[in-house]
Amino acid sequence: MQRLLLLFFVALAVLLPILAQAAGMEYYIGVLTRILIFAIVASSLNFILGYGGMVSFGHAVFFGLGAYATAIASFHGVTSAWVIWLLAALVSALAGLAIGAIALRTRAVYFIMITMALAQLFYYFFVGFRYYGGDDGIQINGRPVLGLGLDISGDNGFYWLVLAWLLAVHALLARLLKSRFGLALNAMRENERRAQAVGYPTLRYKLAAFVIAAVIAGIAGSLIGMSNLFASPKLLHWSQSGILLVMVALGGVGYFYGGILGAAVFLLLEEILSTHFEYWQIYVGLILLLVVMVAPRGVSSLMSIGKTLKQGEQHGA
Amino acid sequence: MANLIFEQVLNSLQFGVMLFLIASGLTLIFGVMNFVNLAHGSFFMIGAYLAAYIAGATGSFWLGLLGALPLTAALGFLLEWLVFRRLYKKDHMVHVLATFAFILIFNDGVRMIWGPQPLPLNMPAAFAGPVMLFGLPYSSFRLLVMAVGIAVAIGLYLLINRTRLGMWVRAGANNLEMVTAMGINIRLLFRLVFSFGLVLAALAGIMLGPLVAVQAGMGDDVLILAFVVVVIGGIGSVPGAAVGALIVGVVDTLGRGLLPQLFALFLSADAAASVGPALGSMMIYLVMIAVLFWRPSGLFPARS
Repeated sequence: MQRLLLLFFVALAVLLPILAQAAGMEYYIGVLTRILIFAIVASSLNFILGYGGMVSFGHAVFFGLGAYATAIASFHGVTSAWVIWLLAALVSALAGLAIGAIALRTRAVYFIMITMALAQLFYYFFVGFRYYGGDDGIQINGRPVLGLGLDISGDNGFYWLVLAWLLAVHALLARLLKSRFGLALNAMRENERRAQAVGYPTLRYKLAAFVIAAVIAGIAGSLIGMSNLFASPKLLHWSQSGILLVMVALGGVGYFYGGILGAAVFLLLEEILSTHFEYWQIYVGLILLLVVMVAPRGVSSLMSIGKTLKQGEQHGA
Repeated sequence: MANLIFEQVLNSLQFGVMLFLIASGLTLIFGVMNFVNLAHGSFFMIGAYLAAYIAGATGSFWLGLLGALPLTAALGFLLEWLVFRRLYKKDHMVHVLATFAFILIFNDGVRMIWGPQPLPLNMPAAFAGPVMLFGLPYSSFRLLVMAVGIAVAIGLYLLINRTRLGMWVRAGANNLEMVTAMGINIRLLFRLVFSFGLVLAALAGIMLGPLVAVQAGMGDDVLILAFVVVVIGGIGSVPGAAVGALIVGVVDTLGRGLLPQLFALFLSADAAASVGPALGSMMIYLVMIAVLFWRPSGLFPARS
């Protein structure tokens, strides 16, 4: 089932842009690119939320930091995409380490509020940092180059790059979740005290997971920066973190493809609703409310697909 | 300079008192119902909108205030009955998502009803001018805001510590099962606490309405400040919220107002203009981190 679903996703991801191109609807390649980028960051949040049980309300920080790392690096003349990804990963890893070290000392609702507040700290940092655009954000002059004879300057080439990242990230996540590390993380979500008693240094494990998720989000942020050629403090705002949580919830917390499904469902909803209604967020809110009340495990549970990698009770139900 | 510091100190106290109104409701709702309400900031906004609308139609700020409070209470009552009471027993993640949904609904809802432009809300004519305070002029409306906040804080203290209802609330925050076993109607208690907390947030929105812009999303950043207050004070503790609100009010206002000037003393004007405001708005979060470092459950932990 898992294999079949993967095949279906990949086929869809490969065919859709080709079809869009053939039908002369290049605009939708941009929409698809956005979906894939958000799928990466939502999946990283799903990793710590669904498998690690950490309700982080500040995940957009790493997304925004990745975008800013990209913008600031190219502002100072860096053109290699590889160097930029390295920088984005490094910056978001450091931020993840700092935020995680503070927030993971606390539990439950404290964790939610503290990740939210720490996210605002970074938000205000960039709002006040006038040298790099402050409130207005910062433009990126031209897309970085990949080398290897691959051209990512056009929308088509960039789409394939993002798809490659999405697949690489999910291959990594699948490996991680099946490893000893992933199983231990699951055990900690189920019962932290017992995992501790067995001898796992739970704080260090959770911090490691938090940093991994931060790095993945940072890479996704770098991609959104390269895609929009723009980084703004709005990317780090707590409401953006809320949107990421909504995506994971819509897709299915703790389902392997929850992040991808959630990003696709949310952004398609946004695309459709915003063309028909001026005040479309009301409808997003109502749909979200309905999902939370009726199907708290998200779309994945409705279609009863994407079997969870873990056994037993679901977090968030 | 003395004039500026004097004004900043008063402003920071006034801001702290208003933050207390918002944070005390948030912390009560969490303390009694164990419910995380992200939509709390939305009621700050809804209170301000209702007051601005009524004041605009009648020409009186006071009628706006008197009309908006019961309307907010009614809305809170209705929502608690329709939605929130079904969520208390669920996970915090569900609370977060459902109340985030309400933020989206309310923010676009007020835009749909009243348009995307900010609504004007004028201060009452009697409080429009300045008063002389220790020989220095200060806005009389800001003094009124402070007075209202302090009066409500005292009233809240008496309500919680001196009345039967307050006793139930304290008992509920301490041990809900026991309260239920004693035969208290907790469903009614919950609904009362919930709408009371929202009314406090709305009151803060109405009083601050003439000082800030009444617009969609005005409650979003206030919510985070209220969270910082609650985290510093200890989740569920009303006295903690009072202390936390004063700390955040003072640190935020002085940080934004005085840090840039302080930096200007020993940095170049250019650098001070860049570093000052950034660091000023980050101050409260740094204070929060410091508090959490030494007291991970806040200054006044409500439950041991």
